[in-house]
Amino acid sequence: MTKMISRRMALGGVAAAATAASFGLRPAMAADWRPVKPIEMVIMGGQGGGADRLARLFQSIIQKNDLSPMPILPVNKGGGSGAEALRYLKDKQGDPHVIMATLNSYYTTPLRTDIGVDIAEFTPIARMAQDTFALWVRTDSGITSLEQYVEAVRAAGGSWKMGGTGTGQEDSLLTAMLEQEFGLKYVYVPFNGGGDVAKALVGGHIDSTVNNPSEALSFAQADRVTPLGAFTAERIPAMPDVPTMRELGHDLTYEMQRSFVAPGGLSSEQTAFYQTMMGKLAEIPEWKEYAAKNALVTDLLMGEELQAYFLGEREKHAKLLASLGA
Amino acid sequence: MDMLSYLADGFAVSLSPLNLAVVLVGVTAGLFIGAMPGLGSVNGVAILLPMTFIVPPESAIIFLAAVYYGAMYGGAISSILLGIPGASTAVATTFDGRPMAQKGEAGLALIAAAVASFVGGTISVVLFTILAAPLAEFALAFGPPEEFALVLLAFTTFVGLGGDDVVKTMMMILFGLALSTVGLDMISGNPRLVFFDLPGFYSGISFLILAIGVYGVGEVLWTIEETRGSPKVMNARIGFRDLVDGVKKLGRTVRTMTMGSVLGFFVGVLPAAGATPAALMAYGLARSGSKNPENFGKGEVEGVVAPEAANNAASTGSLLPMLTLGIPGSPTTALLLGGMVMWGLTPGPMLFIEQPGFVWGLISSLYTANVFAVIVNIALIPLFVWALRMPFPVLTAVVLTLCVVGGYAPNARMHDVWMIVLFGFGAFVLRKTNYPMAPLVLALVLGPLMEQSLRQSLISSQGDMTTFFTRPISGTLMAISVILFALPIIKRLRSAGALKPAQ
Repeated sequence: MTKMISRRMALGGVAAAATAASFGLRPAMAADWRPVKPIEMVIMGGQGGGADRLARLFQSIIQKNDLSPMPILPVNKGGGSGAEALRYLKDKQGDPHVIMATLNSYYTTPLRTDIGVDIAEFTPIARMAQDTFALWVRTDSGITSLEQYVEAVRAAGGSWKMGGTGTGQEDSLLTAMLEQEFGLKYVYVPFNGGGDVAKALVGGHIDSTVNNPSEALSFAQADRVTPLGAFTAERIPAMPDVPTMRELGHDLTYEMQRSFVAPGGLSSEQTAFYQTMMGKLAEIPEWKEYAAKNALVTDLLMGEELQAYFLGEREKHAKLLASLGA
Repeated sequence: MDMLSYLADGFAVSLSPLNLAVVLVGVTAGLFIGAMPGLGSVNGVAILLPMTFIVPPESAIIFLAAVYYGAMYGGAISSILLGIPGASTAVATTFDGRPMAQKGEAGLALIAAAVASFVGGTISVVLFTILAAPLAEFALAFGPPEEFALVLLAFTTFVGLGGDDVVKTMMMILFGLALSTVGLDMISGNPRLVFFDLPGFYSGISFLILAIGVYGVGEVLWTIEETRGSPKVMNARIGFRDLVDGVKKLGRTVRTMTMGSVLGFFVGVLPAAGATPAALMAYGLARSGSKNPENFGKGEVEGVVAPEAANNAASTGSLLPMLTLGIPGSPTTALLLGGMVMWGLTPGPMLFIEQPGFVWGLISSLYTANVFAVIVNIALIPLFVWALRMPFPVLTAVVLTLCVVGGYAPNARMHDVWMIVLFGFGAFVLRKTNYPMAPLVLALVLGPLMEQSLRQSLISSQGDMTTFFTRPISGTLMAISVILFALPIIKRLRSAGALKPAQ
């Protein structure tokens, strides 16, 4: 049904290989344009969330390996489910010194709100990875299985607090999916970023989350939170003991792209500079290690294929939003 | 004790020649970065990040922490000398620092800022060393209702015991809150109050822009008008003896400094807050606790000491949730977090257990960074003061230029520059009619935090307002707010009798 968002891992992999190969052949072209002032890296989420950590990791890797002649300045614009960032990027039309780290709210927020942003106008750079989700509860809640969880939420009679990063964000879609699948009712409490959500769970201000593993794993290692199930097709390598929702008999999968885009109106030389930079970044061991440790599926996609992917995903999310009433 | 032996090991790391050199370079660079309007610790740390890859990870993070620290000291310099906050964290320092400079006490104000920063930094590092583990739990207990109660408390310190006209103060707070709702709604993402459909309003009104307009442009207009264009040349000279005298004079502000440091540290520990609200709250509290609150805003040294102690203390405090929970308390600590991830260190509950050498090396380096920062800062004060002896027309031109540059630099938008001009003229008119400006800035800083925590609390409690009173921490904070707010009204009612309305 529409609950499952199919991914194109195999297809993406082929495309990635093809793009990487074609970039190897034209390094001279990228040298045609170079940034002349610091590059702003806009992050569609708050500090400490999955998007934020990843963007800052990229910044460090880019600077350590001299992938950019100019420094990268990360800026968080997490407000309004990413609306703040999207609007900002639109207003930067034609500015080659801004890039943005995206989440799935890249599709959903312009669909839900009246901020005058059409993502088809932006310049896609590269999709670096697909991020995964799991269902988390506080360890001291005593809940250790999905059945216990569903029972507890039902017993709460609609007052169970699920934390997330804003209406229309990935976690709110997942919350709506859970509500539909199990016939539950949650109170959805929005925060500024996944880091705040994880902290609110540990602090007892909310009762469960659907955080990315990168946001909650360190708390799980300290035995403060427990994952009950993963919203993935296969088990997440970083947490091999956690069953997938499918194994538990519920066909719930969802993943999130981690990509970079630039404002619209960039020249092909300018776009090529960023694509080369991200292409090189994808090959760096530190990034690969981080991805493996934090349950990210590295899956490089660039150029036209990426734009087609974005627009396809936007279609799917429009349908998903409509069917879930989220 | 475990902790002391860890700390001793930490000093073995931070006192190595390389790390000492790194701290010295870091605080000096930070001092200048902080002093430049429009260039704050965030930009400084981001730009200097690549330089850290030539040294080992411990030295790298120590360097960045030193830059961060130095910038906290430096932010006060342009606040005092030019009336333009050098960084957002130094907004509260302009309230009294600038009037002091105009009275010819620039040297004393700079010394007060440096010493208060040192005291704030040192007290907070000691608190950090002792309380790191329990405080991480304390930060976790702070949910949306507690955040809301804390913000409300900050407002009451401004309304409650102040000497200004209470009605006008409240009007300015409400005006500031209205301005803070401009832009995209933080929860639903829908645009609000986008005047004339100008795209610049989508990102809201930055309080730094407001502060530059009010305290930079507004101040210049005010000075020209007050002095009919021929102000006294400021007699700002400073020698070694003045430095010593200045430090002595600060003896009577010990209480304020300690209060600012402790408050700043605890506010800094809360992931949502950070150094700017901490400095503003400390200012409000210092004024509430003062015997002569009417002197605040007119060049009261305690008005410089409180926010400077608090912002340095908060900058240490905000390292705590980053290290223990992996959640940065400020934009700059978020950058440090990025660096740590890069060096293969995962901040979070396991860091203290898995990497004690790194953590305690960093903590001990904060002690050395403080010592270096205060020495470098005080040594440079005569140079800064000398800059004030420029003729008035030249100084005015420099201030206006820095206002424009400082406002334009962070976002590179002319929209912000026009807003500065607008706020400058607006502030001039409001000041002529005796409206206080500090509550306006405070409201714009805290407004978004207040709105968000209020809405999160009410969503969580499903509309039940009692959530603010039934939780222990939030209930206590609310009770203090109510008392602070009611006290002056009761006092006035008593002293004014029945004839005059309480105003």
